[in-house]
Amino acid sequence: MSQALQPGSKPVIGKGFRFQWEPAQNCHVLLYPEGMVKLNQSAGEILKRCDGERDVTAIVADLEATFSASGLYDDVVAFLEMARPQHWVSWS
Amino acid sequence: MTTAMSPATAGDLTAMAPSGLNPPLWLLAELTYRCPLHCVFCYNPVDFAAHTAELDTAEWRRVLQEGRAMGAVQCGFSGGEPLLRADLEDMVAEAAQLGYYTNLITSGVGLTAERAARLRAAGLDHIQLSFQDSTREINDFLTNTRTYGLKHEVARIIKDNGWPMVMNVVIHRLNIEHIGRIIEMAHELGAEYIELANTQYYSWAFVNRDQLLPTRQQLIDAEAETNRWRDKLGDRMRIFFVAPDYHEGRPKKCMNGWGNVFLTVTPDGTALPCHTARMLPGLSFPNVRDMNLRDIWFDSEGFNHYRGTGWMKEPCSSCPDKEKDLGGCRCQAYLLANDPDVADPVCPKSPHHDRVMAAVDQAESRAAGAGCGQAAPFAGSGVQPLVFRGPKESLQLAAAGAKLKTTDH
Ligand code: SF4
Ligand code: SF4
Repeated sequence: MSQALQPGSKPVIGKGFRFQWEPAQNCHVLLYPEGMVKLNQSAGEILKRCDGERDVTAIVADLEATFSASGLYDDVVAFLEMARPQHWVSWS
Repeated sequence: MTTAMSPATAGDLTAMAPSGLNPPLWLLAELTYRCPLHCVFCYNPVDFAAHTAELDTAEWRRVLQEGRAMGAVQCGFSGGEPLLRADLEDMVAEAAQLGYYTNLITSGVGLTAERAARLRAAGLDHIQLSFQDSTREINDFLTNTRTYGLKHEVARIIKDNGWPMVMNVVIHRLNIEHIGRIIEMAHELGAEYIELANTQYYSWAFVNRDQLLPTRQQLIDAEAETNRWRDKLGDRMRIFFVAPDYHEGRPKKCMNGWGNVFLTVTPDGTALPCHTARMLPGLSFPNVRDMNLRDIWFDSEGFNHYRGTGWMKEPCSSCPDKEKDLGGCRCQAYLLANDPDVADPVCPKSPHHDRVMAAVDQAESRAAGAGCGQAAPFAGSGVQPLVFRGPKESLQLAAAGAKLKTTDH
């Protein structure tokens, strides 16, 4: 079972899911046995960085740098906490 | 925002989708009708043995490419038993490399550790393991004999390769009273998800309908038992119970809408909106050997005919639920009412609903006759024996010209 999300947690796309950019949908999607989730832009950008290598701190830093934004930590955490029960992401 | 998409691709994609019609989400590749099993509810056409000209590897590759180019994201390999195609790995590799989520729907017969490793290397994302042969295999399974050993082995192979363990069991009168045991065994095998699918009465299941239709009480008990297991297992195993439409009196939005989500290609290359649609009279379905998948999906008569609600007659055309269920299943309308354009007879508003009720009542009285609701398929005289799916039986049914629908009586 996963622990509560920490700044040092390293989220990774959930087992059995495939994450990719889908031209026909014009968005990032998550594919899984029963179908497809279409992701909005911010969800797509976060999941794109969930490679199991980077921790939450690094993901947030990268997003803030890419989009010239600041204070994204809470949004990223809120999204990941929502995504985990759907099994879109996991971390140990 | 950077995207991997070039402007040229974007242009192509918008140009090809006329007026709001989306590309299929699913491409279902029925690789072969051949199968080592003999399920009495088999969903392959009853005359499958008359269609033997299978697409070759190169033709399947082209189909996969055309489907992906138009935007399909899910690819299902089924059959028959798809493992009987020695080139399955090549096709999985092609599909995975094209960017499909790849699914294999199999009975597990023929899935050795070596083959699984090759499929894994080819990029297979997911296996759905089906429990098939109702009377022989389920009994084997329930009594812990040979097949259970096979499933155990296959389950281990699936786990070893890191695939999620997803199981499908077709439920009917002959196994419904074992539903708790079936769930328990699936859990013991390490399944993460099990679909308990009440039989849909088409094809071979329609031939055997009188033996397979459960009683109302059996269904009530089965749902209660399923709920007990849901409580017990919590989120360790998700359990999905597919309600039987004969008993529920609720037409289903068949295939999530005709020509809306699914594109099926049969072993001989016929493209269908649903794997049973081939039985419908007066409709022609194109073959992928003659036509591009995109033209088939967007422009062919077969795919456009029952799209949306324009084809409907009363009572559907003025019904408030018409968008919800799209009039139910066309094949069921044809099988039960001899007219594919009418409301699905499982709907209480259908003028042919009495035919469904008669079948359900027949199940009740037969159970009463058998004594205690126990399935007694071969008991009594004058009862048609179960017809096991097989090439010989198929050719007999085809030769008899059996259209296999209820006759007017
Ligand atoms: S339903 Fe049974 S007999 Fe039919 S294709 Fe599947 S495994 Fe084979
Ligand atoms: S009348 Fe037709 S549209 Fe209305 S619920 Fe029945 S099948 Fe569906």
